[in-house]
Amino acid sequence: MVDADELGSEVDARGMRCPLPIIRLAAAARLAVPGSVVTVLSTDPAAEPDIAAWCRMRNAELVGQEWTADDTGDFLRSRVRVG
Amino acid sequence: MTSGPPARAPLSPGHPHPSGASTQRAYLDASTVAPLLPAGRDAWLAAIDEGWADPRRLHREGRTARLLLEGARESIAADLGARTEELVFTGSHTEAVHAAVLGTLRARRRVGTRVVLSAVEHSAVLQATHFAGEPLLIGVTESGRVDVSGFTDEVGAEGVALACLQSANAEVGTRQPVAEVAEVTRSSSIPLLVDAAATAGHAAVPAGWDLLTADPRSWGAPAGLGVLAIGANTRWVSPSPADDGTERVPGAVSVPAALAAAVALRTVTAGRAESDRLRRGLTDRIRAVAATIPDTEVVGDPEQRLPHLVTFSCLYVDGEAIVDDLDRLGFAVGSGSACTASTLEPSHVLAAMGVLTHGNIRVGLPVGVTPEAVDEFCAVLPGAVARVRAMLGAEGL
Repeated sequence: MVDADELGSEVDARGMRCPLPIIRLAAAARLAVPGSVVTVLSTDPAAEPDIAAWCRMRNAELVGQEWTADDTGDFLRSRVRVG
Repeated sequence: MTSGPPARAPLSPGHPHPSGASTQRAYLDASTVAPLLPAGRDAWLAAIDEGWADPRRLHREGRTARLLLEGARESIAADLGARTEELVFTGSHTEAVHAAVLGTLRARRRVGTRVVLSAVEHSAVLQATHFAGEPLLIGVTESGRVDVSGFTDEVGAEGVALACLQSANAEVGTRQPVAEVAEVTRSSSIPLLVDAAATAGHAAVPAGWDLLTADPRSWGAPAGLGVLAIGANTRWVSPSPADDGTERVPGAVSVPAALAAAVALRTVTAGRAESDRLRRGLTDRIRAVAATIPDTEVVGDPEQRLPHLVTFSCLYVDGEAIVDDLDRLGFAVGSGSACTASTLEPSHVLAAMGVLTHGNIRVGLPVGVTPEAVDEFCAVLPGAVARVRAMLGAEGL
């Protein structure tokens, strides 16, 4: 059995302003296997509430959201399970 | 009462719209600043001639200014449900809020520095409590109503010096349960600041406050004045250096602005039942049209709300682009989206409610708005949203 998480995709929307990260998430979700997880990396502060609101509007599950950092700076990692 | 200004004035040239621009304008951004009310404007102009002198002087010119100032105080106090002697004029709504928060914390510093407040308060309230105290933010429901039991629980905590709850939210129009909260703050002997910036001039100001703030610009008065009421039994010490002016805060008051605010408030208060009925009907119409646009959420409480505000968020829409598109079509609207704010931060109100912060459109109908202007707005809105979505390549997502 294949773990749905392993089929997931990643959207790097760092540096983009809303609504672009949400549009990228929606485009990735449309191509994703139902039940798989799309990971979104973002830096816009509006992405945090807006990804959560998108999940509610699209019946997707927000698996987790956390701020993290690498050598490019702080960014938000959101994990969304596509319905 | 003077007749209203034309709600639609000629559009200034230089902003053509590809879809065929409207040649007239409608100002539909009266959530915080309404167009000058003609009656207030007339009073303002008259008071510039009559009330320019220093109201502290004993000569005839000074006495005239004093008379106008004290008449304005009495009238505004009565219309807001305050006593004349409780009313303080400041230079702006922001200054009134700062004085309310800082002066109460100063008077109660032995009690503590904690302030209980809703997460959707006016930014001046949030900033002042951050500056001078330790804010305890209370969450709101998806409709923007404060969690009453969470609020009242925190009011009972150790070291709470002040509680703040707006009468209604200026961004989404949701009215707050001030009476319920006031009952608890009163029995706990915690002073309650009610910021009525969104409500005053549009609906009755709820009772139960110990401190009250209001913004005359929201009821069609000129800028340059703020209103603060400090309850007769409320402990408050000025947070500013002493000053021998007419107010409990430093600085000279603009007598023309005070008179204009009083006349404008009296005018909108007298016409409130009628403008409430008219604007509630028109905002219902906008709510219904917005709800038919795909992936659009009308936010705020559908019933417990101010009569003149409607807010909605459209998925995959850039807030700045939609405000610009509507502007070029002749409609001035507001937005809580980050790109339209000076801070680049999304609206703290929309974020606290857990609703979309992008693609946000905030409509505030001024007193005297015409049904025709709203009909025209409703007619162009779906097309404007579709255009901005197409621009971003977001159709069909």
